[in-house]
Parts: sequence; structure tokens; C-alpha cells
Amino acid sequence: MNELVFFINNVMIAGAVSGSIYAMGAVGVTLIFSIMRFAHFAHGDMMTFGAFMVLLLTTLFPSAGSAIGVPTPILMMPPAMALTACLAVGIDRTFYKPLRAHGVKPIVMVIASLGVTLMLQGLIRLFAGTGGSSLYVDDRKEIFRLPLPIEGVRVPVVITEPQLYLFALTIICVVALHLFLSRSRLGKAMRAMSDNPDLAQASGINTNTIVAVTWVLAGGLAAIAGTLLSMDVTFKPDLSFFLLLPIFAAAIVGGVGHPFGAIAGGFMVGFAEALAVFNWSLLLRPFRDSLPEWLSLPSNLAFVGTEYKIVVPFFILVAILVWRPTGIFKGKVIT
Amino acid sequence: MTQSHPPSQQRADTVAAPRRFPLRELLLFLGLLAVVLVVYAAMGPAYGTRMLVESACYAILALGLTIQWGYAGQFNAGVMGFVALGGFCAMFFSIPVNDAFWNSELPGELGMALLYMVGAIALVIAASRLNRIGVPRTLRTAIAVILGVVLYMVVISNFREIAGQIESQAGFIGGMALPVWFGWIVGGALAGGIGYFIGHVCLGLRSDYLAIATIGIAEIIKAFLKNADWLTRGTATVSPLPWPIPGPSEVGFTLARALYLSVTAVIIAVIFFLLHRAYNAPWGRMIRAIRDNEVSAAAMGKNINKRRLEIFVLGCILMGIGGAVLASFNSIFDPQGYLPLNHTFLVLVMVILGGPGNNLGTIFGAVAVYIIWIMSGPLALSVLEWAAHFGADTFGWDVPTNLDSRALQARVFVIGLLISLVLRFAPKGMLPEKVRHHG
Amino acid sequence: MPLLDARDVHSGYGGMNILNGVNMTIEANEVGVIVGPNGAGKSTMLKAIFGLLNVNQGEILLNGDPIQNQPPNRLVRRGMGFVPQEHNVFPSLTVKENLQMGAYLKPDSVKRMLARIYDIFPPLYDKRHQPAGELSGGQRQMVAMGRALMPEPDLLLLDEPTAGLSPRYMNEIFARVKEINATGVGILMVEQNARQALGIADRGFVLAAGQNRFTDTGAALLADPDVAKSFLGG
Repeated sequence: MNELVFFINNVMIAGAVSGSIYAMGAVGVTLIFSIMRFAHFAHGDMMTFGAFMVLLLTTLFPSAGSAIGVPTPILMMPPAMALTACLAVGIDRTFYKPLRAHGVKPIVMVIASLGVTLMLQGLIRLFAGTGGSSLYVDDRKEIFRLPLPIEGVRVPVVITEPQLYLFALTIICVVALHLFLSRSRLGKAMRAMSDNPDLAQASGINTNTIVAVTWVLAGGLAAIAGTLLSMDVTFKPDLSFFLLLPIFAAAIVGGVGHPFGAIAGGFMVGFAEALAVFNWSLLLRPFRDSLPEWLSLPSNLAFVGTEYKIVVPFFILVAILVWRPTGIFKGKVIT
Repeated sequence: MTQSHPPSQQRADTVAAPRRFPLRELLLFLGLLAVVLVVYAAMGPAYGTRMLVESACYAILALGLTIQWGYAGQFNAGVMGFVALGGFCAMFFSIPVNDAFWNSELPGELGMALLYMVGAIALVIAASRLNRIGVPRTLRTAIAVILGVVLYMVVISNFREIAGQIESQAGFIGGMALPVWFGWIVGGALAGGIGYFIGHVCLGLRSDYLAIATIGIAEIIKAFLKNADWLTRGTATVSPLPWPIPGPSEVGFTLARALYLSVTAVIIAVIFFLLHRAYNAPWGRMIRAIRDNEVSAAAMGKNINKRRLEIFVLGCILMGIGGAVLASFNSIFDPQGYLPLNHTFLVLVMVILGGPGNNLGTIFGAVAVYIIWIMSGPLALSVLEWAAHFGADTFGWDVPTNLDSRALQARVFVIGLLISLVLRFAPKGMLPEKVRHHG
Repeated sequence: MPLLDARDVHSGYGGMNILNGVNMTIEANEVGVIVGPNGAGKSTMLKAIFGLLNVNQGEILLNGDPIQNQPPNRLVRRGMGFVPQEHNVFPSLTVKENLQMGAYLKPDSVKRMLARIYDIFPPLYDKRHQPAGELSGGQRQMVAMGRALMPEPDLLLLDEPTAGLSPRYMNEIFARVKEINATGVGILMVEQNARQALGIADRGFVLAAGQNRFTDTGAALLADPDVAKSFLGG
């Protein structure tokens, strides 16, 4: 049974953690894609920026959170989300909007977003240095060890405080996003614009407002994901580059322009990564003695080593592009 | 249908414009020459020549990207991966043979492992064809997948074991001790092969997907080269790599580098000449017709995707060769030294600043941007030091200790800013490619 | 004062004029129909009126105010609705949401107008929770017209509303256009089914090569042997 707990810790929890992060990033990417029709490569750096704002605010007021009993970084998340949203809207106004007005091809927008990526990365590294730093300045990261009430199980299920916050916030965000898109006037207008921008404009929908709302949403979600990821591991300026591929793989798997597909895609990529790097010989160990002589188990039975984790989202990406470029759900085809 | 089309336009612009005197080109290159001379005077001939050789290597990379982006509108965001592949081939084929490896049983075992791999692939392919002998499709898929997973596990465990043995007994498998140019050619071919695979998957789809996929493949190539210690020594790096011409120890730094520069110059001249020929041949006309008007080119029955794939592969080959030449020159293979900033985005800036699709402009962009790049580090450091002193004197700041590493980060920002500014204010670059309309 | 008064309109794509001086006048409560051969500039005229194309010369008045070259969303505010020929619904939004988007600028009147639209197009009520992309062509046309009617326009522009529909739906659409017009909405439509359309037209405009050829009441144009010979297929 201990092996099962290993599996829960290393696959279920780890997969859900990265899945949540990818899902929140992929939703932003897919929203931007469906409204502005380009792949936004600076998304990972918007996450880093959000986390960096939390780091800054937490360093300024290290003990603010203890007053109301939450870790300070959690308390600093709403202002950081607002700042990231402002940054996103500002970047759009300064760099993307003039290009859009010129009617450039989407791929030029992609290059522009790479330019923004580099600028953001340069600025963050200039101010934060290149090393890692913990978001827990004054607080202590709680780690919960939950022993299972089963005979003979010694290994506890391990889950950390930021992971619990991550799961809770992911669920809240998904529900809130669903309500926003299906109930609110702005949300419906957003879907309308993603369906048919010309008709949306002809209906009197102010497309500039919708674009701004999209950036606010994407920026806010990016800040949440970046902060919780940095809380769970540690804040690093080059966090973003390794998130880019899984996030885009998730968005494409879910069908570009399909927010809930992106969430599903995020979890798929997250779990696939966790399953691929999991050492399966752990699970087979109890049966070791009953195996025939000629079939000795190697000690490492992982599909890929952790150092090759990036192969997993790439493989998923290529597979989906070869077999179903529109994504696994019946998404619209945005060409 | 009342959707009216404009009456057929005058075809005056299909006739090539009369040759004008290339004043703009001349002025830009004269300016560049002046800057190079200043660098020579300030930093000495050895430094200046090294800078020129490196910018020549970058010019090869930039020519590869300008073919893809400027000729065909394909954005390759993973130049780094192809450069690294080229570098690996330059290393693998040119360095001396490792006797500790070849004199043991390890080569045989490695060969067996590779044979197993081929066998496993053949088995899985055979399983995926089972439906031809009457096995239901779903069952066939299930068999193929399960067989694939099991065989993959067997092969990869076997491989891990042998890789571990090689590392512990012989360090790494070493080189082939073949002539340097052989590695350069294989580097180009290998990069082209990977490019074929990626292009085959992505070129029929939205242009964004190619960018995403190339970023991915670049990171994977780097991860492989970095972690496959049995093949590349990984982070331990391999050096020195031999030169195709007498090295600095024989003829001195400046002369050796000047000789290397002439080698790169010959390579560029050959590439330039061939591209020029191809560009004005029917093939090039077709490429430009596709770029300028994809729909009408398709309507004329041209096989667009095949042409695009050719372009993409050709660009990747040049990147592989450029990467190989660069690695040989630096005389070290360090997989960790391949960075998206230095080997992808820098090349991108060269191309879009110089003039996408314009070979001369691309070469100008490569040399100009490389000089800016090389000089920006010391420049940023002095600006930052000045600012820090100023701040410390006037406001009593705590000067951060790791100033030089932070100054390097300023270059990241500058490259990003440069990309944004060029796209906004000079989207066609310094030497714009003249888009003519073709019949 | 006429509802719509277009004088000497020159317009087209990318600086190339397709319309070379078209005049068109519709009084309130009238149905205007534009007919003419392919390439005559019929759809171009509608797009120029709705601000989707640049008017390079001439002027367009709506209720006496000049409106040429104003963006579509401002024209919606001023009381104009436009139903494009193609891509005229939001496919992934439900029928009800499509209609709601029509009244985006007038959220207060949504409830009242929804009831009215369901009244005019009863099939839409049954399908109100279905995505518009899953409807048949005729029902889609109804959604598109309903969407354009939501903000209670004074003038509705229809670009070939019966294109590609079966005869049954075609009659249905013509009947609905008449019914909508009876509630006080002026209509300007482009039609390929010239005879049937002119049959319900108060005013007919025959365009050819970007210019007015004939302008008269629908009945008079139908009776005119020249029009019949050149434009109605004898």
C-alpha cells in the first residue's frame, strides 16, 4: 500500500498542481487567441511579473498576512493581479495595438510578443537578480502530512499549504469564468467577438473594451498562477520559459479559443507529465518476488527522466497537430 | 453575387524596375566599415577579427532565417536548436577517437542497444499495420499502443544501463577524428532532417503553430545534448575542437582568425551566390509568388506545401552549418551555452533589422547587430556603474553587488526593445526587400 | 424629410471605386429594393451606407444628418441595422444570446424586444437555447434579422436575405420583411429574386456598373418592358 501513496503523492498531487497552473495559463492564452487571433508568447512572463509583484509587496509588508491569518503572499495576490492586469493592458496599448491597427499578419504579432517577453524578462532580472527567492518572507510554508488510516501504511500523503490554495483558487476561477462567460453581458460579448468580430462590431459592441477585458482576465489569471507556482516551489525570473510549451500544448489540445477546453488540456498535460516521469518500478515492486527469473526489474522504469520532462508537452503538441489540429473537443477552427 | 472585384490592374509593375545605383546599400556598408575600423583601433586586431568571424557565423544563421521568414513568411523560433545540432556534429566528427571506449566491449553493446531500438520500431510499425490482415482497427490500435509502451520501456532501460556504463568506464564515446568540414556538412544535414520533421507536421497549419513547435524542439535538443553525458560530456563540455586551418598556436591569434574569417567568407559567398541563382530561377519566382499571393499561387496549381517545406528545410540546413562553423571557431562544445537569447532572438533581430528576404540586408544586419551586441555588455555595465555611483552619492543607495550579471540582463531588455521598435517603425528593415508583382 | 438620402455616392474597395455616383432615397416606412446584374455594386452600396466601406465622394443622410464614413457601432446607435449576407450570426452563442447581442447598446429594452422577435419568428422561441451554428439556413437568417431588429432600428439593411434558401423559406422571409415593415421599420434590401422582391417594394433601384439605371416604384419597374428585358430575364 505504501506504493499507492507514492503514486498519490508523485502523480495525483503533482499532476493536479502542474495541471492547475497550466490550465490557468492556457485559459489566458486561449482567450487572447480567440479575441486577437495570435499566440501570445509573453504569457509566461506575465505570470513571472505577477509573482514578482507579490514578492515585492510581501518584502515591503512581510507580516501583513498574519493579521488576518493567511500567508502574506496570498493577501498580496489581489493587488498583484490588478498590477499585472494593468501591465497587460498597457503592453497591449503600447506594443500590440499599433500593429493591429496596421493590420499585420498574426505571425508578426507573435514576434512582437516575443519582443515583449524579452523586455519583461530583462526588467525582472534587472530588479530581481537571476537567482531564486522564496515568497515566504516572514511566514512558514505549512506542509501537511496526512497518514492514511490503513494498516501497514507508513508513508503519509504530503500536501503543502500553497497547493491547497492552488486547488481552491483554480476551482473558484473556473466557476467564476464560467459564470462570467455565460451570464454577464461583457462575457457574452467576448464570446460574440471571438465568434465573429465583424458582426460584433456591427452589433455595436465596442471591440476596444472587449480587448481590454480580455487582457485584464488573462493578466489576473496569469498573476494567480505565477504566484502560486512560486509559492509552491520558489520565485525565479526564468520560470516562464519552461511554462510556455506546456501552456500552448494545453491550449491547442483543448481547441484554441475554447476556454474550458484549455482547462481540460491543462490538466491533461499536467497529469501526462506526472505519469511520464513517475518511476513505475515503484508500483511493480510488491510483485517483484513473483516475477519469473528472466524478467528482472530495472530500478528505473520512468518513461522519461525529469530532465526530459519538456518532451512530454512537445509530444502531446505534435500528436495533436498531426491527428486533430482543432483540438480534442469540437472547437471552432480559427484560421 | 454583387461582390465586385476591381478591374484588372495595370501590369506596369510586373516589369522589373530599372537598375538603380545602390546608394543606400553603399552608404550602410561604408558606415559599417567605419564602425569595424573603430573597433579594430580601440580593441586591437585580434579582438576585432574574432568579432568579425563570429558575426560571419551569425550571418550564415541569419541567411537561414531570412530564407524562412523573408522568403516564405515562416517564423522559426527555435534557431538555437539547429545551431546546437550543428555544433554537436562539428564536435562529434572532428575530435579525436576515444580509445578507452573503442577498446572495450561497450561499442558492441551500444550497437546492440541501437539494434534493439530499430527492431522495436519495426515491430510497432508492423503492429500498426495489423488491420491489413484482418485484425479490427480498435484492437490493432490497442495492440500497437501496448506493444509500443512495453518495448519502449525495455529499450530505454537497456539504453540507460549502457549509457551509464559508458559514462563510468570511458567518460564518453569521443569523436571520429574526421576532417572538420565533414562535421559541418553532417551538421547541416541533421538540422535539415529535424527541420523536415517539424515542417512536415506544422507547415499546413496556422503560422503560430510552427513558432510554438520550433521553440519546443529547440529546448528538447538542448535538453538532450545537455543530459546525454555519454555522447557529449554534457555540462563538462568538450574542448578543444580542431580547426580546418592552422590554429592560433601555430600562426598566432590574428593570422589564424583572419584565415578562419576567409573560410567563413568563402562559405557566405557560396551561399549568397547559390541563393541569388535560386532566387531568380523559376523555383525562386514560384516561392515569391506564393509569398505575395498564396491564394492565386494555389489556384495556379502550384504545390504550396511542398515548396514551403523545401524552403524551411533549406533554412534549417544553413542554421546547422552556421552552428557548426561557430562551434568549431569557439573550439568548445558547451550545450549549456546555447541560449534562446543568444542563438534565436539575436538572429531574429539581425534579420528583421537588416531586411527580411534581402540577403545583402541580412548580412548587413548580422554584422551590425553583432557589433552592438558585443559592445552592449561593457557599455551597459559602465552606464549602470555610473548610475549606481550617482545613486550612492546623491541618495545613499545600497549598490547591488552583482552589478555585472545584472548589466548582462540589460541586453535582454535591449534586444526585446529592438524587436518591438523595428516591427513598429521599420517593419521592412534597413534594406527592404522590393516586393514586385509577378505574373 | 426622407429616412435615407444617399446622393452621388462613390465608394469601393481600396481606393478603387465600384460605385460611381449612386442616388437613393427612401421615406420612412418604405421598402426599398436594389436589383441589378452581378458586379453592379448592390452589396457595395449597402456596405457603404453602413460604414463598412469608405465613401470617397458624395453624402449619405439618415433622418437629415450626414452619416457617411461613420463607424458601424455609431450607426447602430443612430437607428440603423444591417444583416450581412454571410457570417451573419454568432455560431457558438445560443439564439437568445445572439438576440441579446443585437441589443448590446440598449440593454433596457432586451426583454420587450425579445418577446417581439419571438412573435415575428415563432421558430426562434423553440430553439432559443440552441447554438445558432446548429440551425438551418432559413432559421439562421431569422436569427440574423432578429438580431438586427433588437435595437429597434428605423432602417434595416438586408443583404440578399434569401440567398441559398429553399422556396418555402424564401416566401417566409419575404412575408416577414413585409410584416417588419408594417411595424414602422424602413427597409433597404439587395435581392437576386428581383421579381418577387420588387413585388413588395415601394421603391426599386436598378443598378448597373455602379450607377442608377432605373428608379421607380416596384410595380412600375415590374411593368417597364425595358427593365423586364434587360434585368428580369424577359
